[in-house]
Amino acid sequence: MDFSFLQKYYGFFIEGTSITLFLSFFGVVLGVVLGVILALMKLSKNILLKSFSSAYIELVRGTPLLVQLYIIYYGLPRLVGLDFNDNTLGIVAISLNSAAYVGEIIRAGILSIDKGQLEAARSLGMPHGMAMKTIIIPQAFKNILPALGNEFIVLIKESSIVSVVGIHDLMYNADTVRGNTYLPFEPLVIAALIYFTITFILSKLLSLLERRMRAGDSSI
Amino acid sequence: MIQVSNLQKKFGKLHVLKGIDSRIKQGEVVVVIGPSGSGKSTFLRCLNRLEEPSDGEIVFEGNSIIDKRNDINKLREKMGMVFQQFNLFPHMTVIENITLAPMKVKKLSKESAMDIAFGLLKRIGLEDKAYAYPSQLSGGQKQRIAIARALAMSPDVMLFDEPTSALDPEMVGEVLDVMKKLAAEGMTMVVVTHEMGFAREVGSRVLFMDEGKIVEEGSPEVVFSEPKHPRTKDFLGKVLRC
Ligand SMILES: Nc1ncnc2c1ncn2[C@@H]1O[C@H](COP(=O)(O)OP(=O)(O)OP(=O)(O)O)[C@@H](O)[C@H]1O
Ligand SMILES: [Mg+2]
Repeated sequence: MDFSFLQKYYGFFIEGTSITLFLSFFGVVLGVVLGVILALMKLSKNILLKSFSSAYIELVRGTPLLVQLYIIYYGLPRLVGLDFNDNTLGIVAISLNSAAYVGEIIRAGILSIDKGQLEAARSLGMPHGMAMKTIIIPQAFKNILPALGNEFIVLIKESSIVSVVGIHDLMYNADTVRGNTYLPFEPLVIAALIYFTITFILSKLLSLLERRMRAGDSSI
Repeated sequence: MIQVSNLQKKFGKLHVLKGIDSRIKQGEVVVVIGPSGSGKSTFLRCLNRLEEPSDGEIVFEGNSIIDKRNDINKLREKMGMVFQQFNLFPHMTVIENITLAPMKVKKLSKESAMDIAFGLLKRIGLEDKAYAYPSQLSGGQKQRIAIARALAMSPDVMLFDEPTSALDPEMVGEVLDVMKKLAAEGMTMVVVTHEMGFAREVGSRVLFMDEGKIVEEGSPEVVFSEPKHPRTKDFLGKVLRC
């Protein structure tokens, strides 16, 4: 194998990596925000909110990300009548997808909190929303942090799919380098190495964080 | 202060409260006793609407607890509750547990909330635990903090659901002592408990519940020494022997 092409093309990989990180980071942040909303809707007593959230989650989980991406990429601009920048559309697709998975993680996290916690909060005169925000959700988040971290890792890998609509992420740029250099294989090895390095570091950081949290506060 | 009339509660087909009538007066310590499953907790939890009553009326300081137009959160501020399982917030320190509701709900300044909290901690002898997390406390300490947390809202009535049942025997005393002091200070209290000694010593009135009804009530002396109803006799015979 010949990796001398890197001298000329390393910029492509750096640029692609930063786009990949950018997409996954905002994808997961927005996914968490939307996920919290979906989880609260699904747990609410309001049948309308509940069914909307359930239907959304089922729909997203029951269709391929690729299809969702195409629908967002080609459908959304037409639907709204606006031109969006490619990266924005990528983030929208990724976060709408991850919201469904994160929503289910958060819902499980909320359900894992003893119901005495909510009762104690309510008995002190806290309205439901305040009790959720200050008592239930912080505890739920602590419990689901590993699952959320895992979702982030999954997103980093799955975000490579945006390359098919021409977003210049790591995968797309690796492909570009393949075309330019006529090397069918080596650029992919580099891309794989970069993906692996990122997810490996992240998963190590996560288990470190988890251990620190368990040691620092043995409060559960 | 609390007027309960014809309180009914059903869980699906299960008829748990079958018409409770009672009146709790200012400064009274009402002790609720009865066999397991008789509806004591359900009765207590209806008082601050943690359980939604199926029928009947509860009036607290002139306001209906049942009426949806009344802000239940406002009413709950005046009704402290202490649970069997403590239910302290594990992600917060003791002082945060106590000051949270006064600051968030009553909108007290941090300074005045802290003043109140330290005053209460002093009263229960746990000032040194202000910055501990609940997991670092013993059961008895947790329950005393839970009482302080409820008191920090300056409630007019305190509801206790078996506050000592989850404690190791050697810690029961310290919690009962806090409750006795509270009673001596004139706090209105409704206490579900199996501690007959406590009922005898500080109870102004004992309610004996069985199968969703108040079967017998009266002063502790009368109920304990000359129970009228056979089921009261039966129950007291069992608990007083052991
Ligand atoms: N949320 C609920 N859903 C269905 N049934 C319930 C619920 N809460 C209580 N019950 C039932 O209502 C009955 C009365 O329960 P409750 O907890 O009030 O009894 P208790 O007198 O407090 O008993 P214990 O001394 O065991 O605490 C029991 O049969 C219980 O199983
Ligand atoms: Mg009970």
